[in-house]
Amino acid sequence: MRFLLMLYAEEKAGAAIPPEQMARAMEGMYAYQQALEKAGAFISTSALGMTQDARTLRMDGGEVKNIDGAFINQGGTLKVEEGPYAEAREQFGGLFVIECEDMDAAVKWAARCPAAQWGPIEIRPIMNTISANEAPWCAEGGSVTEE
Amino acid sequence: MTEAARRAADRAARESYGRLLAFLAARTRDVAGAEDALAEAFASALTSWPEQGVPANPDAWLLTVARRRQTDAYRRAGTSKSGEMHLTLMREELDDLAMTPEAIPDRRLALMFACAHPDIDAPLRSPLILQTILGLTAADIGAAFLIPAATMGQRLVRAKSRIAELGIAFEIPDTTDLPDRLDAVLEAIYAAYAKGWNDLVGEAGGQLAEEAIWLGRLVVALLPTSPEAKGMLALMLYSHARRAARRSPSGAYVPLDEQNTALWDMEAIDAAETLLRAASSAGPTGRCQLEAAIQSAHIVRRLTDADNWPVVVKLYDILHAMTLSPVVLLNRAAALAETEGPAAALASIAPLAEDKRMADYQPYWAVRGRLLAETGNREAAHEALTLAMGLSTDPAIRDWLEARRAELLAG
Repeated sequence: MRFLLMLYAEEKAGAAIPPEQMARAMEGMYAYQQALEKAGAFISTSALGMTQDARTLRMDGGEVKNIDGAFINQGGTLKVEEGPYAEAREQFGGLFVIECEDMDAAVKWAARCPAAQWGPIEIRPIMNTISANEAPWCAEGGSVTEE
Repeated sequence: MTEAARRAADRAARESYGRLLAFLAARTRDVAGAEDALAEAFASALTSWPEQGVPANPDAWLLTVARRRQTDAYRRAGTSKSGEMHLTLMREELDDLAMTPEAIPDRRLALMFACAHPDIDAPLRSPLILQTILGLTAADIGAAFLIPAATMGQRLVRAKSRIAELGIAFEIPDTTDLPDRLDAVLEAIYAAYAKGWNDLVGEAGGQLAEEAIWLGRLVVALLPTSPEAKGMLALMLYSHARRAARRSPSGAYVPLDEQNTALWDMEAIDAAETLLRAASSAGPTGRCQLEAAIQSAHIVRRLTDADNWPVVVKLYDILHAMTLSPVVLLNRAAALAETEGPAAALASIAPLAEDKRMADYQPYWAVRGRLLAETGNREAAHEALTLAMGLSTDPAIRDWLEARRAELLAG
């Protein structure tokens, strides 16, 4: 099965981390990715830009609403709000797509992710993927290869 | 009065929960039904004790109420099978009139054997024992095992109905089956301990480890002739004795050979030594006794500066011949490095490279990285240590491994 790990963290706290400590954190993330790869569990990863550079589009009764900012996690609910944020809030900041046996195994992998120390990780089963770089993948049948 | 009643209820809950549940479940093999009946009994205690006073024997009071509930439940169910059960329960009820409240038989050991039965999924045995004997909630158990409360709850419910469906007996197996079946019980208890020790460094982990030790003491008390039960309790006490020393004041990981032994709990170590001695003089040497003996050797080495690595290797040899476990082979390699050097140790774990289970087994890469570094193979050591870092859930371990990796580049 494939799972999406959505990594949340507090951007403000992240930006305040001294460069040396940040370099170590990145080493940890790299090591995590290597471990995923070695175990045959790695599919892809992305780090996202800051939410201040995000825009959120919403069609509201035929009217296009174009809001500066991204969805943020506030006490477990997601809402769009323009930064800067007064209180501690967690933003969606990066993702991993992994392949493993079941949800329990996915949670185990998420617990190993250094980002688990910085904020929550939402784990979602992936139903299918169509990608520019690989054969289409489906939860029911795995990779679709042309004969 | 209310406060005293609540305290009495709490005490009864902590000390008697498992005993009462085991007794109730043993009659019907219906663990979930027994849990419901006992929960109702505790609930009525909370309303009735503050008004009518705490009964002279709270356990007997709870048991009487719970059994009435159990009988009622079977009467309500009304099927022919439950009709039979109802008659049995009625007969027992009459028998019990002759029973003094002090004589509630302790069937917790039988309940543990049912929970660790070969037909129950191995990963669920430990959670089942934690719930039935200690009364821990699915939420607490789930938190320790990284499973959401609702999912853990469903799994426990399914495991309990399996016990009922298969008619798993609540009994202590006879001498032929006892060693194997006891191993499963001890393994389940140790799994709870190891969860608390390895995965959860904070308060919750400490608590789970304490609960496991409590269960270990219970098994020793209920099965005083079993050397393996003593061996397992000793094993847990040896590692527990070192809990305060395994982190520096700043939270950094401290390996055994660098720990400040002044922080070790000597009382726990003495208790473990006594248990281990009693176990070794009592009979055949099983897995837990061997592992406890290895822990004892590590502690003696640190306390007396004696070089006893050859003894440790020998103990691992016996343990490996007995278990053929890759984990044992791995730990043996760490000891072998001290007696025959890192190259021999590395060669000894060569077969593990083919073992698929090692790909995401953190200790394998940590040990391999250390041995490769000692043989001067920097590039491979770097890769192995990186993988060990990536597989760590504990940031303190991750930092420690990274420092070893940095030494590699500097050295």
